Amino acid sequence: MSGPELLLWARGTGLQIAVAIFLFGLLARFVELWLLGRKTDLSVARASAVGPGLRTVVSRSLPMPGALKQTPLVFLGGYVFHLGFLATLLFYVPHIHFLRSILGFGWPGLPPFLIDVIGLVTIATLIALLVQRFTDPVRRFLSRADDYVAWTVTFLPLLSGYVAFHRLGTDYTLMLALHILSVELLLIVIPFTKLMHMFTFALARWYNGAIAGRKGVRV
Amino acid sequence: MADNQTVGETLASRGISRRTFLKFCATMTSLLALPPGMAEVMAETLARTRRQSVIWLSFQECTGCTESLTRSHSPTLESLLFDAISLDYHHTLQAAAGDAAERARVQAMQDNAGKYLVIVDGSIPLKDGGVYSTIAGHSNLDMLKETAAGAAAIIAVGTCATYGGLPHANPNPTGAVAVSDIIKDKPIVNVPGCPPIATVITGVVAHFLTLGTLPELDSLGRPKVFFGDTIHDRCYRRPFYDQGKFAKTFDDEGARSGWCLYELGCKGPTTHNACATVKWNGGTSFPIESGHPCLGCSEPNFWDAGSFYQALSAKTLPLSAHAGAALAVGAAAGVAVGLVSRAKKKAAARQHTRVSADDLEKGGGA
Amino acid sequence: MSTPAERATNAFLEQIDRPTAAFFESCVHCGMCAHACLFYTETGDPQYTPIHKLEPMRRVWEREFTLFGRVKKWLGLSKPLSEAELKTWEPLVYDSCTLCGRCSLTCPVGNDIVYMVRKMREGMVAAGIAPDGLKEASIRAVRVGSPMGVTLQALKAQIAHAEKDVGLKIPLDQEGAEYLLLMSSAEIMQFPEFMGAAAKIFAQAGVSWTLCSTAFEATNSGIQIGSSDIAAQLVQRIVDGAEKLKVKTVISPECGHAYTALRWEGPNLIGRPYPFKVQHILEVLDELRAAGKLQTEGMEEAKLTFHDPCQIVRRGGVVEQPRNLLRMVASNFVEMEDPGIYNWCCGGGGGVSANERAEPLRIKVFSRKKHQLDQLGVSTVVTACSNCRNMLEEGLEHNHMQVSVLSLTEMLAEHLKE
Repeated sequence: MSGPELLLWARGTGLQIAVAIFLFGLLARFVELWLLGRKTDLSVARASAVGPGLRTVVSRSLPMPGALKQTPLVFLGGYVFHLGFLATLLFYVPHIHFLRSILGFGWPGLPPFLIDVIGLVTIATLIALLVQRFTDPVRRFLSRADDYVAWTVTFLPLLSGYVAFHRLGTDYTLMLALHILSVELLLIVIPFTKLMHMFTFALARWYNGAIAGRKGVRV
Repeated sequence: MADNQTVGETLASRGISRRTFLKFCATMTSLLALPPGMAEVMAETLARTRRQSVIWLSFQECTGCTESLTRSHSPTLESLLFDAISLDYHHTLQAAAGDAAERARVQAMQDNAGKYLVIVDGSIPLKDGGVYSTIAGHSNLDMLKETAAGAAAIIAVGTCATYGGLPHANPNPTGAVAVSDIIKDKPIVNVPGCPPIATVITGVVAHFLTLGTLPELDSLGRPKVFFGDTIHDRCYRRPFYDQGKFAKTFDDEGARSGWCLYELGCKGPTTHNACATVKWNGGTSFPIESGHPCLGCSEPNFWDAGSFYQALSAKTLPLSAHAGAALAVGAAAGVAVGLVSRAKKKAAARQHTRVSADDLEKGGGA
Repeated sequence: MSTPAERATNAFLEQIDRPTAAFFESCVHCGMCAHACLFYTETGDPQYTPIHKLEPMRRVWEREFTLFGRVKKWLGLSKPLSEAELKTWEPLVYDSCTLCGRCSLTCPVGNDIVYMVRKMREGMVAAGIAPDGLKEASIRAVRVGSPMGVTLQALKAQIAHAEKDVGLKIPLDQEGAEYLLLMSSAEIMQFPEFMGAAAKIFAQAGVSWTLCSTAFEATNSGIQIGSSDIAAQLVQRIVDGAEKLKVKTVISPECGHAYTALRWEGPNLIGRPYPFKVQHILEVLDELRAAGKLQTEGMEEAKLTFHDPCQIVRRGGVVEQPRNLLRMVASNFVEMEDPGIYNWCCGGGGGVSANERAEPLRIKVFSRKKHQLDQLGVSTVVTACSNCRNMLEEGLEHNHMQVSVLSLTEMLAEHLKE
């Protein structure tokens, strides 16, 4: 397939397929998880679980005392990566127009040079986190294929986006097509890997806060 | 009608001065990015050359490509071209009609076998035996194959001839295809555009006339000298793109300040053409300079590549049907496996045998 | 269904619920839980990473309850649990985890890892793969009535001593009393002063209380080994006794897991709510303090600190009460670094203290508590769990540290206005 043909497919049919698989997987996984249910707690609550549950969904983003000092790269790198990824995704004007074509509305973007810097920092951070996953004893011990797959499908859109942005590579049309395809790959992979955490973390944090909260403990 | 005059003889008989002719050759040399010394060579060669036989086939087209070529502001350039070639067949420009015209075509093919140039504009419909575009009872398909057989080279002019163009757009009811989809055994130069820039068409022909070869082509068969860069690469509004200054409507402050037209749908970044440098109407302007986003008209399938007025990054096909179906099927699948999970849990609970102190003592569990 | 692996799998199928699935789904292998876990920080051994302790259960979840996992199972691409695997995990689940819960506090995606370790142990017990010490403790708890084998006879003897000590009656089987006091074996046998202290405090406060001859043991070995069946049996015994004596409140004493077992897990174990309240002794004492019924005099002048028992503070929710009470009788109370719900485990909870095989590891990880105490330079540490008391005393001795360990209840009793 030529660059223009690939780009056309990626923007059209490719996106339809990717979105379909993504939404199918997301819903199937979530409903499957939800239906496992949870037994009602018959003990007498010391306090309502709702407030603490909601609170933890947000507050767990802050580190436990001592945690930052123990694992600075995991924590800070994690934040730089997540925020950088979201910033480049949501505040680069061409991306905003992509989302506008789906949602029907858009929002102001950041200047391209800023997106460029953020993108580069995000890429560097992801690489640093991968190196840490290889070299740090705990992370190396825990890591499985799923971790590396997730890293790769997350890295590719950033890398291909950077390449396209800077008109590196042989043919911009092809680079753009590869970038869009890498995003479609990411979409397809999300429901079947640990990347589901982007949807389930809120539920996990909720339970954490709720379980402790009904005992009167703020976590 | 073919004649045996050289180009130089023809020019002289038309009263075109050598100076004017040299200016033409110098311009062509420059446009083709050939070394300056080639201007003289071009002049000498063209003057001595027998006027090149050219057969122009117009198929499923709107005649815009011919219009582009003939409606130039400076008669010297393009008409000089017509003086340098012998246009033996062209629906719009020829004097003859009907059987006489077809006889002239066949005669030219015989007289210049293996040497004549074929220029094609318009796509070739294939559906239902090619009945959707015929000339003198022959389908475009048949005429193309017949005419191409003895050609030295084929120049496909306009996006219809190069990639199928408008007729090829979804749902392509006539089964329209490009020249290169049919002819596989002759050198083909694609000069796309809807229409192409007149000077570009002229330049390609001039290259062939002077050097006897076709210019270097890219992977889509387009002359690299004209189609090697994208509009975006050469656009004078590029600094605004880089700074993030975009016009959001056709008449807002950004538009009036001449800011980048990306948000209004400009396809410049993925469009290869010479519009941003060579421009139109003898270098007067080009769409972006006039405030309209580039349509991407020299790229394949540009009609199907999303709205002209939605950004390049926007999706091109609807998603709601796919999304809706996916959500429904996903939910159903989730419920199905979820119920299986619940059944598994219930079964496990039923199979639970109470652990007692005796069991622990025996060393095993329940 | 008869192999250990099959029984473990079956137990996991029962145990895995929506929260568990959300937790497994969300884990991104960031490894931050390791840095909250005493056993990793003091040894540097990555195998003690808390989430890793759950791997067998996670595999069952993936294989049985996830879309991809089901497909892999159908294609024969995944393996069921094996007995060897469970045996490998036994020391990870029982020796290097005290159910302290610090891991649950740190996980950035919000995983309640200790919640899952508790479930993991259910599978292990079902397979019969657990430390001998814990098994024996459970057997004794069920058959004799106490994990340490304390009989009613032994209790009665201790009661007699205590009555003589404090000059007060210690009621037994008093129907209609407001409070039923439970005690841990450690309190009965090793720290019998506790009984007397309680008697003095209740007498001053003018509240009625009693012990129960059929339900005097608070410690729940079932919780520690991770068997809901055993745990339910032990809780039922207490519920029966409390209902028989028609008490209003059952008091969980200075014992960590007793509180978790009775207050939070109990009703779910026996399948119904209690007709009585359950409070930790510190909750009761703090209530009395707030009502002005706890009158003390004099202060401990020496600098001292409080060791937060995991099951009472972080896992139990009794956070402020010990501090309120301590401030009544201590003028120089300083908090440890990482106080309250962030405090570090003594190393002996979750059944580790009953697990002989785990002793070297437990002694090793005491270095954290040592560090906390060294930082403050205190000569006294107060706590409210007799297992913590024992672990602290052992650790301090092993490290040749001149720090004394006191019970908060006993300390309050000593300062009661005469």
